[in-house]
Amino acid sequence: MTKTTELTPLWEVFIRPRNGLHHRHVGSLHAADSEMALQSARDVYTRRGEGNSIWVVRSSDIAASDPSFAEANFEPSDDKIYRHPTFYEIPDEVGHM
Amino acid sequence: MASADNTGADIAFPAILEIADDCLILGHRLSEWCGHAPMLEEELALANMGLDLLGQARALYAYAGEIEARGRSEDDLAFLRREREYRNCLLVERRNGDFAATMLRQLYFAAFMQPFWRTIAQTSSDETLRGIAAKAEKEMAYHLRHSGEWVIRMGDGTAESASRMTEAAEELHRYTGELFMASPARVAAIAANLLPDPESLRAEWDQTIATVFDAAKLSLPEIRVMQKGGRDGNHGEDMGHLLAELQFMQRAYPGQSW
Repeated sequence: MTKTTELTPLWEVFIRPRNGLHHRHVGSLHAADSEMALQSARDVYTRRGEGNSIWVVRSSDIAASDPSFAEANFEPSDDKIYRHPTFYEIPDEVGHM
Repeated sequence: MASADNTGADIAFPAILEIADDCLILGHRLSEWCGHAPMLEEELALANMGLDLLGQARALYAYAGEIEARGRSEDDLAFLRREREYRNCLLVERRNGDFAATMLRQLYFAAFMQPFWRTIAQTSSDETLRGIAAKAEKEMAYHLRHSGEWVIRMGDGTAESASRMTEAAEELHRYTGELFMASPARVAAIAANLLPDPESLRAEWDQTIATVFDAAKLSLPEIRVMQKGGRDGNHGEDMGHLLAELQFMQRAYPGQSW
């Protein structure tokens, strides 16, 4: 299926569930260009009223961190629990954060 | 449904049935793609469009049944009539053919139905029809966009896709004239201000198709004689096969439901 993938490369799909919330990655699909990717995303990922906005981006345009560098990247933060805001008392008036 | 009282079963019922049949038969054709679409994305897109049309058909059959007032339900109207009693235009019953033909048929139909529903929503004397139309117009706007984008990409695509789209246009264009012909039922409904005159929508349809064909680098086939007959119940050979499958369950197990 090399040819199919060349003509219709992979796209990552992001849906915003409701006004005010951020776009979330929901999956991927094949499409020839951004217009068709948006239409397919509408058909594949918003059939049950999941969202009111769609982003698509070519999968090949996403730069990803190197899995083999994961320890160096992420382990140093494991023992720095003071970075979590769990030690603070949040006044009720602040509401949802 | 007081709004239909002045027009009655004689005018509104047959006129609404024509539209309902268009929606049901094309919706069924699209459902035949289930499991056969060229890619997963289109599998869902075709099913979505088919379900839109079935939803429109259901609303129209239910309303037509109320107007007729002989106790026929939407299922009775959809499943238990004979071939000659279906009044859909020939375009919608044409076989799916390849993906190019299916998308072009959808474009031809949606380019008519979107302004058709929009006009009903704005001008029909019937409140129920205005409500059905307001919802259906948005659905057909999407069908028009989706099929149009595909026709452009296939027409202006590879040599193979362009030749298939050209063949589809040569095969299907002759069935588009019937969209603009008003049957006696439609003429009465136009006079009662239930439905718009299809002829008044022709300029917009021509413009839509010309724009898509131009972008797709396709030429409009020259058709001398437009095919017609569906509105009189004179269908093509494929219609019987379609109905055999569509009606099988209700014929074999009368009254069966989910």
